[in-house]
Amino acid sequence: MSVQRPPVIEVNGVSVDRGGQRVLHDVDLRIEPGELVALLGANGSGKSTLLRAVVGVLPLASGTARLFGSPVQRGTSHDRLGYVPQETAETGSIPATARETVASGLLGARSWWPSARDPRVMAALEAVGMADLAGRPVTRMSGGQRRRVMIARALVRDPQLLVLDEPFSGVDVPTQELISELFRELSAAGTTILVVLHETGPLAGDIRRAVVLDHGHVVHDGAENERPRLDPGPGHPEDAALLDECLGQEIHPL
Amino acid sequence: MISPLDILTSDLLRYPLIIAVLIGLTAPVVGTYLVQKRLSLLGDGLGHVALTGVAVGWLVGAWTSATPADLLAIPGALAASVIGALLIEYVREVSHTSRDVALAILFYGGIAGGVVIIQLAGGTSQNLMAYLFGSLSTVTAPDALISVVLAVVVLGIGVGLSGLLAAVTADEEFARASGLPVRTVNILIAVMAALTVTLSMRIVGALMVSALMIVPVAAAQHLVVGFTRTMRTAMVIAVLCSLGGLLITVYVDLPPGGVIVLLTIAVYALGLLTRALRPARKHSGVTGPGPSRSGGVPTTARATPHD
Repeated sequence: MSVQRPPVIEVNGVSVDRGGQRVLHDVDLRIEPGELVALLGANGSGKSTLLRAVVGVLPLASGTARLFGSPVQRGTSHDRLGYVPQETAETGSIPATARETVASGLLGARSWWPSARDPRVMAALEAVGMADLAGRPVTRMSGGQRRRVMIARALVRDPQLLVLDEPFSGVDVPTQELISELFRELSAAGTTILVVLHETGPLAGDIRRAVVLDHGHVVHDGAENERPRLDPGPGHPEDAALLDECLGQEIHPL
Repeated sequence: MISPLDILTSDLLRYPLIIAVLIGLTAPVVGTYLVQKRLSLLGDGLGHVALTGVAVGWLVGAWTSATPADLLAIPGALAASVIGALLIEYVREVSHTSRDVALAILFYGGIAGGVVIIQLAGGTSQNLMAYLFGSLSTVTAPDALISVVLAVVVLGIGVGLSGLLAAVTADEEFARASGLPVRTVNILIAVMAALTVTLSMRIVGALMVSALMIVPVAAAQHLVVGFTRTMRTAMVIAVLCSLGGLLITVYVDLPPGGVIVLLTIAVYALGLLTRALRPARKHSGVTGPGPSRSGGVPTTARATPHD
């Protein structure tokens, strides 16, 4: 008798507030093992917020989020997750080398002593075509090279779920192709992938399921080729909330 | 003329030398994490808060007729700086915009509270200055023992857990998503900074120890690349400057704390100069991606051995 595996991601009625405003409203999302799902939407539609809530970086205002069947806040499933944050994520001021950065991906709830000499580090850098630059500080790399190092950092822990926020942002076309090929191979090998994209780009032919967000609501969850056209309308509540956070004061639309 | 052998065998200098080496080893370890977190002035802020703690210690000492009058000064400083460190960490966590303002308030509030309370305790601001600038020449065996314990704790945590601490300070978001204890690590670093500043302040002064946390790290950043190398190089710079500064004051009558800090700044300036004069290296290695370059890419981490 086969045992039913829980969904890799299970989000029920999740709402998220930022800067005192609700930016994600009552979202449901269920992703099964092995799926390749794109999270699409205009700027400020809440797609990155949903992604960050799913990986446990943002607190939930309401609802539940589970990874591999256990509540994300409990942190028990994070060892099976590889996360690639947005390029704008804050980084430290001492430039770590690519090798050191990737080695930090080996850390987990049960592993606090990673080694930059671990063979998995060079294997992950090799997989993204960055082995030659292992000793270079990440801050002295181009945008595309940095993205590849961040992906290697997520891959080094051999994740069953790969979650990526705009992996093609600021990346040249050949690198986009390389990353896409990597995703195809990982997906074929059974890795579940959830990727936030502005547009499907080089992955257009590979994505079967697209979840589209608009103003913090899911407006489409189904076949990629049946999704609605994205409308980058102004005045998204998340934009205002982010501006509030950046400027430290409330912004009122004109 | 005093010979180097005299210095090593002199009772007066033995403890200052040991402490100079220990603080040179430990301060940059904490400092590396503070620089990484962009909280370079935290040590200084905590030093000022510790002054209020010193004054409160005097006040309580006066009430309880403690002898000597400053018996409770260091415990007071320790309590105040640990509370200050936790407060800063709390502000940093709940607000991303006002941490520099919170640090500034810590600075001003610390020094203002210090001078007001020390007056109430029957002391003068001169008493506080001793903690700000320290006095290596009056070091005793118990002082040296405190420094040894501090060094063991800070090196044990700061070096022993460097992978974890570096990952959290470099990218908190990734660390959270990896299931790492981000809040605990942040509190640990803040408390380590408070301990280092407070326990070293009577000997070398709060100003010197916070400078030794930051300036060698800044200097090392000009000389080497990578997090681990930066930390190790900063430790070497700090130990050499501490010893060098102390030895200079054997021959010339100058305050050791000030000389040591000026030496670290000189190394920083040299590092800056070296970097400016270093010929620009050509961009080598990968510019374009490609399976061809990596030998047929995605075997990826999935196919790599796993323990």
